[in-house]
Amino acid sequence: MDLIGKFLKDDTTSKNVAVERLRLVLVHDRANISPGLMEALKEDLIAVISKYMDIDEEAMEINLNSGELSAALVANIPVKRIRR
Amino acid sequence: MAGKVIVITSGKGGVGKTTTCANLGTGLAIRGKKTVLIDADVGLRNLDVVMGLENRIVFDLVNVVEKTCKLRQALIKDKRFENLFLLPAAQTKEKDAVKPEQMVELCAELRKDFDYVLIDCPAGIEQGFKNAVAGADQAIIVTTPDVSAVRDADRIIGLLQSREIQNPRLVINRVRPEMVRKGDMMDVNDVNDILAISLIGVVPDDESIIISTNKGDPAVMDSGSKAGEAFRNIVARLEGEEVPFMSLDYDLGIFDKIKRIIKM
Repeated sequence: MDLIGKFLKDDTTSKNVAVERLRLVLVHDRANISPGLMEALKEDLIAVISKYMDIDEEAMEINLNSGELSAALVANIPVKRIRR
Repeated sequence: MAGKVIVITSGKGGVGKTTTCANLGTGLAIRGKKTVLIDADVGLRNLDVVMGLENRIVFDLVNVVEKTCKLRQALIKDKRFENLFLLPAAQTKEKDAVKPEQMVELCAELRKDFDYVLIDCPAGIEQGFKNAVAGADQAIIVTTPDVSAVRDADRIIGLLQSREIQNPRLVINRVRPEMVRKGDMMDVNDVNDILAISLIGVVPDDESIIISTNKGDPAVMDSGSKAGEAFRNIVARLEGEEVPFMSLDYDLGIFDKIKRIIKM
């Protein structure tokens, strides 16, 4: 069955190439979020984290890194003190 | 009554926005819906010729927003259909001759008198696009099954979301079943998976569109046209009917399968 499946399913058709290329390019396109949205996200994050710990808001960094196949939100948030 | 204001957009040029607009408008009018088409492509107007109404233009969109004429003076009544009107774009002005606020006001005015206001959006994402979407509360995105059109459609979906036009609906235009069958064109599911918005129509690539555009008679009027039938189906879906998607006969024939195996 696997062998037959392999024969009938051809991954190298030009449309499969198109789908693959599109998926990749859209990961990058979609990762370009606006600075305004990033700022709003940052403020919300500060509000949530501040409930549990004191953070250095000035030194905090948030970036959206897009890789080959995915995008990741990378945050570097220096903690001053944990609230107890 | 409060009509629906629907912008027809795509990002990329040449995918069939104007043709879609002309056909949906005509189809709605045939069903008895009072419909007005606005050509928002200031400077490159074309909806008039596709509709076959190019000889009847006296005033245009820019005249209306600048208030050099009354709105009803600029509306061209299509003599073939009781309920169909066109507001043509200006041909010799720039895109910035119209402002988004003016479009909002115009659409608010028109929706009082019409069941449907369809806006033909220019290609691109600049001023013309901003004007065209400003007064709309719904959007139809037209794409073709190729990488550049789908990519641009994805961008437009993002832009519409940030403008609070929710749930845009997708028309996949110029599908060529023979190429899909051979694995050389993305099929409806491929495009639909990538863009992930609700599908309202699939229109096959059809020579009858070229012929009907030559004549200025939208294909939706031609009962023998496959594309016309697809547009009639979209009109029915706009009206809330459940219409199954046309079968474009994608199945790989046994000969194609054998050919493909031999090629490997």
